[in-house]
Amino acid sequence: QGKFTLLRDTRTDGSFLVHHFLSFYLRAGCKVCFVALLQSFSHYNIVAQKLGVSLAAAKERGQLVFLEGLKSCLDLLFGEEEQPGQPSPLQFLSTSDLRALFDFVCVSLTPASGDSWKSPVLLVDDLSVLLSLGAAPVAVLDFIHYCRMSVCCQLKGNVVVLVHSNEDSEDEENELVVNSLCHHSDLILWAEGLATGFCKDVHGQIKIIKRLSLRQAAEEDLVQVYQYKIQDRNVTFFARGLSAAVL
Amino acid sequence: LVFTEEDKYGLYSNLLFKYFLAEGIVCGHDLFVASAKEHPDNILKELPAPLLDDTYRKELGDEAAAAKAEDFQDSMKIAWRYQNLPKMEASPTTHTKFGHYYDVSKKMSPELCQSIKWHSFYLHEELSFEPKMKTCNMNSGYARLLQSIQRIISQEGFDGSDPQKKQRNVLRIGIQSLGSVLWGDDVCCSEAPEDKHSLTKFLYVLRGLLRKSLSACIITVPAHLIQNKAIMERVTNLSDMVVGLESFIGSERETNPLYKDYHGLVHVHQIPRLNSLICDVSDTKDLAFRLKRKQFTIE
Repeated sequence: QGKFTLLRDTRTDGSFLVHHFLSFYLRAGCKVCFVALLQSFSHYNIVAQKLGVSLAAAKERGQLVFLEGLKSCLDLLFGEEEQPGQPSPLQFLSTSDLRALFDFVCVSLTPASGDSWKSPVLLVDDLSVLLSLGAAPVAVLDFIHYCRMSVCCQLKGNVVVLVHSNEDSEDEENELVVNSLCHHSDLILWAEGLATGFCKDVHGQIKIIKRLSLRQAAEEDLVQVYQYKIQDRNVTFFARGLSAAVL
Repeated sequence: LVFTEEDKYGLYSNLLFKYFLAEGIVCGHDLFVASAKEHPDNILKELPAPLLDDTYRKELGDEAAAAKAEDFQDSMKIAWRYQNLPKMEASPTTHTKFGHYYDVSKKMSPELCQSIKWHSFYLHEELSFEPKMKTCNMNSGYARLLQSIQRIISQEGFDGSDPQKKQRNVLRIGIQSLGSVLWGDDVCCSEAPEDKHSLTKFLYVLRGLLRKSLSACIITVPAHLIQNKAIMERVTNLSDMVVGLESFIGSERETNPLYKDYHGLVHVHQIPRLNSLICDVSDTKDLAFRLKRKQFTIE
């Protein structure tokens, strides 16, 4: 509880981690606020069903608050004039100000009377998109900071965020955000494509970094590395060099 | 959202663009063609003619027969283990029919072109109309284009807004040379463009429109002119599929004997991973293309 987990991908698509955490926390009975910026609701719903969870049902019973970024963006641009008291969470498209998004998160996760959900969770897919949409790196970091204060400290919940990072990236703003978030994360799950290129039996490698050094100055971070293969309903993990194809 | 990085002179990416549109016509889809460079009417006059069933089978059957004759002679000595594995299909057989084939040396007949409903957006004709939507600090050319696409999607019911419409059709959108100076964007002119976010904002909104409707879109971009690589990284993340065409014209590869049968390379940078944990990766990663008199081939 009260943890900040960073999901990171390089040379590959780390979205399987997002799908995992989404269904994991819903099954655990947590209240989840999912800021889904890049894909439609039905995309996540179809995958979640394969993982045994219905997002539609979770939404219905008030357990899941789903912000479908692409849809909200269309509402903002082509829809009716918005009410003055209710700015769109995607307000930053015109103002570069992420406060409306933060307010949305707070309102979604503050327990309502009668709520019996376990601790709240904020899930973001993916943070790098905010930079593409005009938000400054410092604004993005501030947004995350405020979310952590609110969700992790005040509400004793968890925050899970996905960022992309490229090797030899020239996107300095993104690198700044990613590096800064790494420093402040409790747990980092880093999915990397293999350096040798695509392989049918091993889709990539995942580095699990437990940031023990954050809690205790003398402690070293614990790093574990596994390889993985993504299947239709599951992801299998195995020690390096020991994929089923090789054994 | 298919994003194509243009080859240096735009020759081959233009061809791919036309193939996409031609396939739309043959399938009976509606088209939306946008350009700041060529009037869409002219683009539509230059589409390749489809090969009718018996013609293509004969043409491609000849090629396949020739290929098989050669195979018979080459038997592998050292790599004997691979001998019995199926080769990657060098030419389409009659069993695999996905899409249609075209004769690049002939133009599609005007009757066939007129058989579907098509919409065009030629930037220079649209400049007099002020965009009515919130532009969110986006380049006005892009804003106008988005407004036009949204209007067609909504009016023609591609977003399912018209429950009366029983026959639902697909809208194929083709946008040529996005990001070029002709669109009013300086992202191709300098490393530190004044407006870094117009192109990416445009793509985000476009993605939203595509997700909410029965449409697919191909965009070609003169990527070699975009000096700010950060923007290219962001554009890649916002697209579902990213393909790059590298032509050998004027490059040292032109004289490389390895590439003597080809005109360029196809780089598949990203493939879509939609509605599923897995994605459909093919076994072959090194693709090259060649343009013969009648056919454009990728192998």
